[in-house]
Amino acid sequence: MNYFPDEVLEHVFDFITSHKDRNSVSLVCKSWYKIERYSRQRVFIGNCYSISPERLIARFPGLKSLTLKGKPHFADFNLVPHDWGGFVYPWIKALAKSRIGLEELRLKRMVVSDESLELLSKSFVNFKSLVLVSCEGFTTDGLAAIAANCRGEVNLGALERLVSRSPNLKSLRLNRAVPLDTLQKLLMRAPQLVDLGIGSYVHDPFSEVYNKLKIAIQRCKSIRSLSGFLEVAPHCMSAIYPICGNLTFLNLSYAPGLHGNKLMKLIQHCRKLQRLWILDCIGDKGLGVVALTCKELQELRVFPSDPFGAGNAAVTEEGLVLVSAGCPKLNSLLYFCQQMTNAALITVAKNCPNFIRFRLCILDPIKPDPVTNQPLDEGFGAIVQSCKGLKRLSLSGLLTDQVFLYIGMYAEQLEMLSIAFAADSDKGMLYVLNGCKKLRKLEIRDCPFGDAALLEDVGKYETMRSLWMSSCEVTLGGCKSVAEKMPSLNVEIIDECEQMEFNLDDKQKVDKMYLYRTLVGHRKDAPEYVSIL
Amino acid sequence: MEVGLKMTMKGGGGDHVGGCDKEKMGFEETELRLGLPGGGGGGGDGEVVRKRGFSETVDLKLNLSSKQDTSGIDPNDEKVKGLHQEKNLLLSAIDPAKPPAKAQVVGWPPVRSFRKNMLAATTQKSSSEESGEKAALVKVSMDGAPYLRKVDLRMYTSYHQLSDALAKMFSSFTIGNCGSQGIKDFMNESKLMDLLNGSDYVPTYEDKDGDWMLVGDVPWEMFVESCKRLRIMKGTEAIGLGYTKSCGEMQEEKLKEVGVVNRATCSFDLVGRLLHACTSSSSSS
Repeated sequence: MNYFPDEVLEHVFDFITSHKDRNSVSLVCKSWYKIERYSRQRVFIGNCYSISPERLIARFPGLKSLTLKGKPHFADFNLVPHDWGGFVYPWIKALAKSRIGLEELRLKRMVVSDESLELLSKSFVNFKSLVLVSCEGFTTDGLAAIAANCRGEVNLGALERLVSRSPNLKSLRLNRAVPLDTLQKLLMRAPQLVDLGIGSYVHDPFSEVYNKLKIAIQRCKSIRSLSGFLEVAPHCMSAIYPICGNLTFLNLSYAPGLHGNKLMKLIQHCRKLQRLWILDCIGDKGLGVVALTCKELQELRVFPSDPFGAGNAAVTEEGLVLVSAGCPKLNSLLYFCQQMTNAALITVAKNCPNFIRFRLCILDPIKPDPVTNQPLDEGFGAIVQSCKGLKRLSLSGLLTDQVFLYIGMYAEQLEMLSIAFAADSDKGMLYVLNGCKKLRKLEIRDCPFGDAALLEDVGKYETMRSLWMSSCEVTLGGCKSVAEKMPSLNVEIIDECEQMEFNLDDKQKVDKMYLYRTLVGHRKDAPEYVSIL
Repeated sequence: MEVGLKMTMKGGGGDHVGGCDKEKMGFEETELRLGLPGGGGGGGDGEVVRKRGFSETVDLKLNLSSKQDTSGIDPNDEKVKGLHQEKNLLLSAIDPAKPPAKAQVVGWPPVRSFRKNMLAATTQKSSSEESGEKAALVKVSMDGAPYLRKVDLRMYTSYHQLSDALAKMFSSFTIGNCGSQGIKDFMNESKLMDLLNGSDYVPTYEDKDGDWMLVGDVPWEMFVESCKRLRIMKGTEAIGLGYTKSCGEMQEEKLKEVGVVNRATCSFDLVGRLLHACTSSSSSS
């Protein structure tokens, strides 16, 4: 029973911003459900096929900001064909038809056609923000439509005027095409910038323009986030030093031109850094400098500068250990490296018990501990045992079923697990499915998991967002069985090679299977090579 | 690593298919697994046993091996050795003379295409590390001290040694009427005590590019390569090096030793030693 009028409850609910909390609130009783749904402004949909736009609109008429995710994560690595799905057009169409006052649309791994962008730019009067992460399907024409209808044409002169007129401009990211003197003028007009991305940074350190740039940069005392440097003249980096002390985020993962001593000097100036994205040409030594300098570091991403190279990728377990020793606040890691040892992982686990995300990618995916020649089970086991708040884990290196036993036992908060070229038998997958109560996304490739593991507990999949299995041992029959037992799941077989066309034997191994829970049944937009069982 | 036994195997609820037997198996496994890496439990000989390994996947995807075993691999030693042999064959078949081009499996390593494309286009320049065997003579100055000294950095192998040497060097000042207030302050006992406790001095160095950096941040060898001169600065002047008001506890007037000296891996204690040495050798003012 409600003792408060609805308006009061609505006001209280305004303070509840997390999606999880609002979902919980809506489950308390019918009255709260009603109040919550009318007052909800931000909605997050992790799988665009789990619900339809119509039902979304019906439930949340006050929607202002929508986040949608489409393709499964492995699509980032070319495992999912481009036209598999995740089209945003039907969503925009439905929203446009309704009277939803959309202001923000955030899309990840969706296919965004020029048509959708045009429709978007014309349909919502108050539209302010479009965020596209890992999306595809559009051209510059589409973006031009957004720019033209939402803001005004953009060229260099216009950009300068725009920046002058925008005293609240916080974020400015430029591509290679913006010349140095424009950059300098923009910075002079926008000393309040918080986030700056520089595309091209190549200049003559003795030029007048460079001097002006130095002065302009010094005025930008609010810059907290710096990225870009796609082209860079390392000897000009000293102009940046004055603002480095304020940076909390530095993204140099697109700057292969910056390495060695110049890179280290730059980092030495960045004492307040909380997030660092870097290429592995920083080397173990460079990571040592990070460990000494960046005491506030929370997130580190080290990308491979030569993913298919002969194997001189410059970081090993040593760099990681150094960072873990020097940066106790580290909680998020993405680390591409040459090799890893159990001893190193155990040390890292001890030094940094606060990991929320731990993603390790050894470039040779079945490489054992080079010192002991053992699998990396114990190392990862130490990580999951020590990091009680771990939510996301990616494994690599030589791994047996043992590591999955540890994961099932200790990774109580784990929500997302990525596995490749690991395990010996179905047991591995079973340990995980039985143990990880909060698991939401499981993605597996090239592991010896078959029908026995898949069918052990089909009810589990309804508690998860999705399961991806490719190049495993599951058969068509096994997948059919899941689909039969669980009508609330869509079980998709992606069969690009048309294996299925000539051989519909249930014993046939399935190359790619993607299953996910849904409230709206089979989708209608799947291409020919996708069968929904 | 110690594996703690949990009292209940996860997922032991009665609503799970496979119930008790699977649980028991789980416990057994757990007991076996207690203890050190490499000890006990299945896969005892440490061999890799897997249904479809990376190397085989490479074979399949490149269509390099003649047959494809679809019946699943029987996990016994002979087959495993066979797999390894196959992998070796694959490598030697390409051309033993050249380093084998890394066979590419779809989606591995898990890097997004735009990163791969961008980095492939850039040639990696080797880092231009200048190494010289000649002496690394650098001037050392200390704010308030009457004159400079010179040291050869290659005479030392660590920051610790350098700080010892410098302490000895600067403790041999005589107190004279050098005229500047700075020196009087420097030699004034109470001020010195302030300095010792407040540590207003910061050791810095000028590197090859002309930038002033804080001493102690980089590994010793790197420091020797790049240091052109040393200066033990008053705190107020070290602001431009990144210690600004916005940097948390740092204040403009009083830079603490904390930021420089108390770094976990650096035991560089130049300031304290220097000032201590000066105090002990100076007469009371």
